[in-house]
Amino acid sequence: MNVLTVERLTYRYPDVTEPALRDVNLSVGEGELVVVCGLSASGKSTLLRAASGLVPHFHGGEISGRVVTDGLDTREHGPGEIAARCGALFQDPETQVVMGTVRAELAFPLENRGEPAAAVARGVEEAALALGIAHLLDRPTHELSGGELQRVALGAALAGRPALVALDEPTSQLDPVAGDELVWLLRRLNEEWGTSILLAEHRLERCLPAADRVVALDRGTVACDARPREFLEWAAAHSRALQTPGAQLFGRAGLRPPPASVKEARATLRDHGLLPRTGEDASPRDAAPSGDARPVKRGLFRRGAREPRAVELDRAWFEWPEGRAALRGLTLAVSPGERVALMGRNGAGKSTLLRLAAGLAQPTRGRVRAAGRVALLLQAPGDYLVREHVREELPAAFLEAAGLSHVADRHPGDLSGGERQRLALAIVLAGDPAAAVCLDEPTRGMDRGHKGALAAHLRELAATGAAVLVATHDAELAAAFADRVVLLGDGEVVADGAPADILGGGWYFATETARILGGAGGVLEPAPGADLLRRRMTVEVAP
Amino acid sequence: MIYRRRDTPLHAARASAGLAYCAAPALVALLCDNPIVLGAALLCVVGAGTAAGVGRELRRAGRIAVPLALMIAAINPLVTREGMTVIARLGEVPGLGQLDVTLEATVYGLLLGLRALVLIEAFALYSAAVDPDDVLRLFRRVSYRSALTATLATRMVPVLARDARRLADAQRCRPARPAPRLALVRAVAGGALDRAVDVAATLEVRGYGAARRPPRTRRPWSRHDLGFVAAAAAMMALALAGTLAGAGGVQAYPVLDVEAGPAQFALAAALVAAALAPFADRRGVTR
Repeated sequence: MNVLTVERLTYRYPDVTEPALRDVNLSVGEGELVVVCGLSASGKSTLLRAASGLVPHFHGGEISGRVVTDGLDTREHGPGEIAARCGALFQDPETQVVMGTVRAELAFPLENRGEPAAAVARGVEEAALALGIAHLLDRPTHELSGGELQRVALGAALAGRPALVALDEPTSQLDPVAGDELVWLLRRLNEEWGTSILLAEHRLERCLPAADRVVALDRGTVACDARPREFLEWAAAHSRALQTPGAQLFGRAGLRPPPASVKEARATLRDHGLLPRTGEDASPRDAAPSGDARPVKRGLFRRGAREPRAVELDRAWFEWPEGRAALRGLTLAVSPGERVALMGRNGAGKSTLLRLAAGLAQPTRGRVRAAGRVALLLQAPGDYLVREHVREELPAAFLEAAGLSHVADRHPGDLSGGERQRLALAIVLAGDPAAAVCLDEPTRGMDRGHKGALAAHLRELAATGAAVLVATHDAELAAAFADRVVLLGDGEVVADGAPADILGGGWYFATETARILGGAGGVLEPAPGADLLRRRMTVEVAP
Repeated sequence: MIYRRRDTPLHAARASAGLAYCAAPALVALLCDNPIVLGAALLCVVGAGTAAGVGRELRRAGRIAVPLALMIAAINPLVTREGMTVIARLGEVPGLGQLDVTLEATVYGLLLGLRALVLIEAFALYSAAVDPDDVLRLFRRVSYRSALTATLATRMVPVLARDARRLADAQRCRPARPAPRLALVRAVAGGALDRAVDVAATLEVRGYGAARRPPRTRRPWSRHDLGFVAAAAAMMALALAGTLAGAGGVQAYPVLDVEAGPAQFALAAALVAAALAPFADRRGVTR
């Protein structure tokens, strides 16, 4: 039996000429975990909103076709009624929590249904235990981290045990640890409770291992609906931007079938004799070629004290008024033209470091020096765009240089995520040349194609002599643009070195290619990884 | 002003008790304008706030309330033409005519400022010490949606303050000419609307649109519930009795007559004792 049936659905938002969804047919069976993917603005969010009844009841617009969610036709039943059958979770954790405490938040949907107090209390306890948030029940929601908030919002979506949960990029605002934990939780709910899950996600390598099916959307239509491995075959032929790094690695090396998980990839490589069998060889860390992936604080004296510095933090502390230290005597020097990825979990001090470098905040102790202006692009590019037209934000010459002349007459709010970010970056770079350019989490909610373009742009910026510092959770982006990775933990530098050293041997802070190859050869990206595999294949057959 | 659960008797009391308790000093300030009684009402709020561990929140509210109270005190003698005792002649002021500052208007301005201070601090105490989710439950049987809207609107304030700070930071990062003020106001308003739409969508998918009237639930009254209701009732009764007996008032005009006798001091002492009594029992405050 299907918990979601979508038949010939076409939907257009109000005041928009192009439909967001065109003739979509889709079904989700009981207990299935279906991943929805596609480039930005391909219709993923709209499809999920149609499943929860927000389209068309909340957003308005024109709709044709039919959506039936667990027996309720969304043309006849609004989101309030469908809420009991379909839980929904969106991207931004902050706007998904409406009550003051976790207990009240979990109770809210049950109370809305008019459940008696005993049933509400039981539902709250069960949801809290299932999601591992029982210890948070009496905590105020405003004190929770992004990962905790997202778990609480998931708990609220699950309270009352709906047959289907629709999740719209729930990990996009989370660090890799919290993101992986959330996907793991979804998998457990799917396997143990039998809850059907419809999950829209950009980072497919994170959720394909758990998926039963993958639905790829392209400009509002279903371009592929297949099992993960078949989807990856399709992506290799039709939409390379949707390929996972593991699938790219296999495709370039001429290996088949494309792997849906690191485990699958390693098993295939082992079967081909391209990876040492368990116990035959040393650990992945030992396989790193340079052998110097040591977690040392090299910082200020890393490259000799006389080298010019674009930005330098010297034993910098930053303490919040309530006493919590965000940075603890951090020392770091970045040279002109250097490309640095700042990594670490949420709260490690990455954003604070960038704010200090750009002069938005002053260190409470220690010193921060810069060789010139430090341009900073904060997490939300939309905050820079306050005028009615793009042409009012920047002079024409700057728009031309940023490749945005064609949108000069549009409202900044109507730009795509990638265009908005390019415009905001062009705004902070306008004026005097910057000694350093800092970006804070620039890839949130960004598809793989846009990430590639951003990495190329960052390399170009560094080639002009500016130091580039990017705070990111995205190991693939770090591998694509950085020549140095600094790993922060609790406001201190815990590792500082070449990307191959830092991202090659980690668990969380590692690229998928590195995890598949066990960090061998310091390879982080699919192309050099495929070269390595081809060399191994040659060695295998040569004798 | 954000509510945070603390291990104090006031936080352990039910919302209706807390609400009545915080409203009582405000009522005292509205009924009485004797400076001794008003001072006692302020002492009740500050003492309760300190005992409830929300002194910092009250001090923060004081940063807004004290300048406002001083402004009221300064404006009243300039706009009031009553009182017999002139203490300053400011001469002819265009549009206002002859401006004479009287002792009566000055003192009454101070009393009005003190009254405003008590009201703001009482609201700050309520915001910091009474669980808004419990208040929502309290009113949901009467007018669920209005209560929820009010609660959410209150909760949006810190979120929007954070948004405004973020926007200000982004503008500081612009090397070129700063954006005009109007554009910034428009951006903040637009951001607030976007936030509100997101929150509204969340409410919809949590079933708010189809919310049903909840069944009546009975929760036994704890000693803290009873203690704070009794304290609130005592404060209100004392204020009422003082007003009826003439102990809580002041004759401001035409000639100032402020009584400061044993009746006023007894009333003030009784008010403070009633307000602080429920904090003596700290058993069962942890949760």
